[in-house]
Amino acid sequence: MKLTSINELEELRRVISSKDPDKPCIAVCGGPGCLAKQCLNVRDAFINEVSARGLSGKVDIKTTGCHGYCELGPIALIYPQGIFYQRLAVDDVAEVIEETIVNENILNRLLYTDEKTRKPIKNGNDIPFYNKQMQLILGNNSRIDPHSPEDYLAVGGYTALAKVLGSMKPENVIGEVKKSGLRGRGGGGFPTGRKWESTRNTQDDIKYVICNADEGDPGAFMDRSILEGNPHSVLEGMIICAYAIGSNEGYVYVRNEYPLAVSNIKTAIKQARELGLLGEDILGSGFTFDVKVNRGGGAFICGESTALMASLEGKPGEPRAKYIHTSDKGLWDKPSNLNNVETFANIPLIINKGAEWYAGIGTESSKGTKVFSLVGKINNTGLVEVPMGMRLREIIYDIGGGIPGGKAFKAVQTGGPSGGCIPESLIDLPVDYDRLMEAGSMMGSGGMIVMDEDTCMVDVANYFTHFLQEESCGKCVPCREGLFQMGGILTRITEGRGRMEDLALIKDLAGMLGDASLCGLGKTAANPVLSTLKYFEDEYLAHISDGKCPAGVCKNLITYGINPGNCTGCGLCLKKCPAGAITGERKQPHTLNTGNCIKCGICYDVCRFSAVVKE
Amino acid sequence: MTIDESKLDSIINEYKAELGSLIPILQDIQAEYNYLPQEAMEYVAKKLVIPEVQVFGVATFFKSFSLKPRGKQQIHVCMGTACHVRGSKNVLGELERKLGIKAGDTTPDGEYTLETVNCVGACAIGPVVVENEEYHGQMTPIKVEGLLNNR
Ligand SMILES: Cc1cc2nc3c(=O)[nH]c(=O)nc-3n(C[C@H](O)[C@H](O)[C@H](O)COP(=O)(O)O)c2cc1C
Ligand code: FES
Repeated sequence: MKLTSINELEELRRVISSKDPDKPCIAVCGGPGCLAKQCLNVRDAFINEVSARGLSGKVDIKTTGCHGYCELGPIALIYPQGIFYQRLAVDDVAEVIEETIVNENILNRLLYTDEKTRKPIKNGNDIPFYNKQMQLILGNNSRIDPHSPEDYLAVGGYTALAKVLGSMKPENVIGEVKKSGLRGRGGGGFPTGRKWESTRNTQDDIKYVICNADEGDPGAFMDRSILEGNPHSVLEGMIICAYAIGSNEGYVYVRNEYPLAVSNIKTAIKQARELGLLGEDILGSGFTFDVKVNRGGGAFICGESTALMASLEGKPGEPRAKYIHTSDKGLWDKPSNLNNVETFANIPLIINKGAEWYAGIGTESSKGTKVFSLVGKINNTGLVEVPMGMRLREIIYDIGGGIPGGKAFKAVQTGGPSGGCIPESLIDLPVDYDRLMEAGSMMGSGGMIVMDEDTCMVDVANYFTHFLQEESCGKCVPCREGLFQMGGILTRITEGRGRMEDLALIKDLAGMLGDASLCGLGKTAANPVLSTLKYFEDEYLAHISDGKCPAGVCKNLITYGINPGNCTGCGLCLKKCPAGAITGERKQPHTLNTGNCIKCGICYDVCRFSAVVKE
Repeated sequence: MTIDESKLDSIINEYKAELGSLIPILQDIQAEYNYLPQEAMEYVAKKLVIPEVQVFGVATFFKSFSLKPRGKQQIHVCMGTACHVRGSKNVLGELERKLGIKAGDTTPDGEYTLETVNCVGACAIGPVVVENEEYHGQMTPIKVEGLLNNR
């Protein structure tokens, strides 16, 4: 059905919203973490069980986007009560239908148990992981089926678009976005309203709106989850942007590694066209805008705006110098406005609730909320959305539940390969664009990788440098050669062949990279190295002067052995060792022949008696 | 190899009218053949009336394109930061050892291709290995055994 006016849209919304609010609904999380834990089998079991009991039509079953708490997957929320069931298995399904749906009883064994009180918690919002969050962007993920525009309309979707088309001039839209204080969520944190304004002010018949869904930060999956879970919210933001800057054509550039995100955004575009929310004469306003989807080719650099545009033009993704702004000459040399997925998803909120409300959340220079991918050595891995200004400590300990296995916290890495490692001494830092920058890191797109005492900071610096060396497009010499040299030095240090002069050489190279590289990749490439050198110099020194890797990571600097006092002679390590390096009689302490050892770490992982030691 | 020109034509025609269609065309060809055969790239250059070097330039720039035939089964080991700090290097090492090949190569019998990838967006359950389309989370060198059908 094609809607031809705002009234028709509101009428449709009224019909959709008048459905029985008490009808039971099981929302099974279909995010990446739960998918890997076979949530689709659980979902199918729900569908089969409901139909076997003749309840089809009486219970809705939805597959939704990521709910955030990946650690507990597979997750399902049962509405209308909002019951949060975790670690679901196919075997639980019949009981859930019988007890919770039919008899309206709660199954305590499937609830989350509070760590402190040891009491089960019924409602998702009361779980510590969620109750400190402010889920303005992610919240709807657990309520809507991404394939259902009706679901999006039911939670107020496209009201912002209607408001903009019905009652706002493009200048007012830009004014509102400026006033909200929204800054780009893709990395740099450029004020979004100002970007829109400069693209609006460039005169041209053709302008482009581009959504950057390349999400190159390895360790981050916020954009994936927004695009998969709530694609219409991103589209709505893009349409509003197009209206504000005067564009009729847009692109979504999605990573090739995210097939589900590609398919969900394509479906959403098709549905929006059918509903008259995209295409010609949107909602009878006379405004025309349409969107195409392009898939990336697996190159990190294509997340950079000008490289992304080159790739859209069918060329290798090489960036260009920034003195020509993309708001003047971007894609096909036409004025182009590029924003990140999460940036666009914030727009409907700002329009609906007002710039003042939005600007009331966060800090002086960073407004609204930010979604982070909280991963690595942390108990509650997943996606978290918090108001700007929250302290890292609160995110890591209160929401994230601290470090697993009683290990000590060492650092948190933010900003991806352009960012840095923040040490324990700065853990009370608030998440804020400027404060993170001052600490030698940056907000980035939202990766937050927690590291514990078993993480070697020299190895981390080496990892990022090699990542960037591989991903450097090779167009400019400082980045291509500088990273090659830097990588060589760092590898040398991790292999125990480092020299004291190396540290000064690294700093020298870092300065050159920052000053002379063409694009953001090279300019910020030294951040992971400089920040680890600044806060963890002692680890570098241990590698160089003592030939030791204190965290026990760098293979050349560690040896495995067996502590005969702890060894029970169970024979497991002997059986599993792929190199035949372990010998011994049953029930007698075993020995490890370091000459044959390939340091794969398998014996260390399998030993149940802590008898295998790493030095 | 001989390529089916009518198949290529139907892929090319789908995008022909669009500017910048080279990358989506190559992506669709790779989906068809599992890699980019040289003859197919030459054919695309001819049809789009662009120099062969431009096609080759794009095909070698982007990591997701392969110029070599790939195995029947694809194993992708995530080397993203979240997986790295949880020990993906050792998982890769064990896969390389078991398969007897290095990352980027295919076993001589054409069964497995082993590749690394920088994050597949399932970071919360790292280290992640993707076997064909299936995600395996919280991988360890020990769990590798279960992946390869007792190879
Ligand atoms: C090497 C490099 C990689 C980048 N990767 C991404 C990315 O994956 N996603 C993204 O949104 N922005 C990325 N950016 C930032 C973009 O260039 C651009 O600033 C951003 O997408 C603009 O959108 P925003 O203002 O909404 O943040 C990258 C920048 C550089 C220099
Ligand atoms: S870092 Fe491995 S899936 Fe993201």
